[in-house]
Amino acid sequence: MIEILPDKCDFCGCCVGICPEDAIEMKEAEIFIIDQRCTNCAKCVWSCPIEVIKFNKDGVPVK
Amino acid sequence: MKTSYDIIVVGAGPAGSMAARFAAEKDVSVLMLEKDRDVGYPVRCGEAISKAGVEEFIPSDEKWIAAKISKFSFNAPDGTEVILDFGEAGYVLERRIFDYELARTAADAGVEIVTRAYVNGLLFENGKVCGVKYEHQGEQKELKAKVVVAADGVESRVGRWAGLKTHIDFRDMESAVQITAANIPVDQNALYFFFGKDVAPNGYFWIFPKGNNKANIGLGVSGIIGKKKSAQSYLNDFMNKHYPNAPVLTTIAGGVPCAVTLGKISAPGILLVGDAAKQVNPLSGGGIASGMIGGKIAGTIAAEAVKMNKLDHILKYDKTWADRLGKRHETFDRIKNGIYNFSDEKFNNIAHAVNKIPYEKRTLGKVFKTALFNQPSLLIDVAKVFII
Repeated sequence: MIEILPDKCDFCGCCVGICPEDAIEMKEAEIFIIDQRCTNCAKCVWSCPIEVIKFNKDGVPVK
Repeated sequence: MKTSYDIIVVGAGPAGSMAARFAAEKDVSVLMLEKDRDVGYPVRCGEAISKAGVEEFIPSDEKWIAAKISKFSFNAPDGTEVILDFGEAGYVLERRIFDYELARTAADAGVEIVTRAYVNGLLFENGKVCGVKYEHQGEQKELKAKVVVAADGVESRVGRWAGLKTHIDFRDMESAVQITAANIPVDQNALYFFFGKDVAPNGYFWIFPKGNNKANIGLGVSGIIGKKKSAQSYLNDFMNKHYPNAPVLTTIAGGVPCAVTLGKISAPGILLVGDAAKQVNPLSGGGIASGMIGGKIAGTIAAEAVKMNKLDHILKYDKTWADRLGKRHETFDRIKNGIYNFSDEKFNNIAHAVNKIPYEKRTLGKVFKTALFNQPSLLIDVAKVFII
């Protein structure tokens, strides 16, 4: 599961621009993953410049 | 507000504002919708631009010029500095004022502007885009338009909803962080670039002065690097090493799509401009001037289409853009791919070789030639850039 920490997010849009599934909804100061579309590809995790997107595989956080 | 417009522009950055303005100057009705509460803020940009890039659109004005640039300083991994003198080359902007002024020129041309208007879908008619869905003041609304111009930045979702493949490969996205710091005693007329695997692998680290010893300091890293170490982490390392006690006035994240322009930047009823179309110069990462050029072309073509009542006319936009800058960006992209793979040793050798050229004889062309001495295939690309 991929999780965005909204209280740490800067709403810069890197993850939105990268997401191949259009699975991230971002407003002026609101962001969330549309779970039905997310394929857990983790590209958003790698693209986040400030490390606020976490990927938990089998309950273990991975970068 | 009207119930329908000839042209609706989504996003009020430089590309959106110029699309809106050049359309409105042809006497069509134009509405520009901005998601954030402010036009021009938050600033997600290093803010450097050439003087010529600005003055095609707006006369230079002290109120949005933070620093005047006449020199470039390139810094190799071993600390060797190469300085290039350019005369009056460019500016570091105050974009929160600059973007505001650009939007004001659009308003002067007759554009209506609404902030805090979040576009969340498109309207279609016979498979053709014919308007937008948006949220404003807690209400979901719809507006019809003959042409929608998507200037929604790096997210580029509006184009996707129209069926264009706009998402960027994670390798081409430069995920960036930047601070504006005080007490940075660098030359206030020089842009500083730092290269090397320790400071900014596959990219560059920058210090751009903003006057009175303030400076934008930051870097972008590709997703390939970001997998292992984030941009933030690189910035922290640099600041701890060089300016550990610098007061930080602003901290911002942002993404720069450093690639060639999207294969398709128009579809029936819609045009893409600026970062949304990947009109950024992929070598420098600069996107203000090229975005404004894309906006101007799109706005002009969209208005012509409306006036002629021939909406297919907008599909000419792709070729007009390719001829003006798109093809050039393809060359820049090849050069970028060559340079980004240079080893630290190669950067050092180039810096030493360039410093043997007398200061007054150094030109960007000569630097590139020296840089690419061992890379003949790239030389051809570089030659094209300076000859065209």
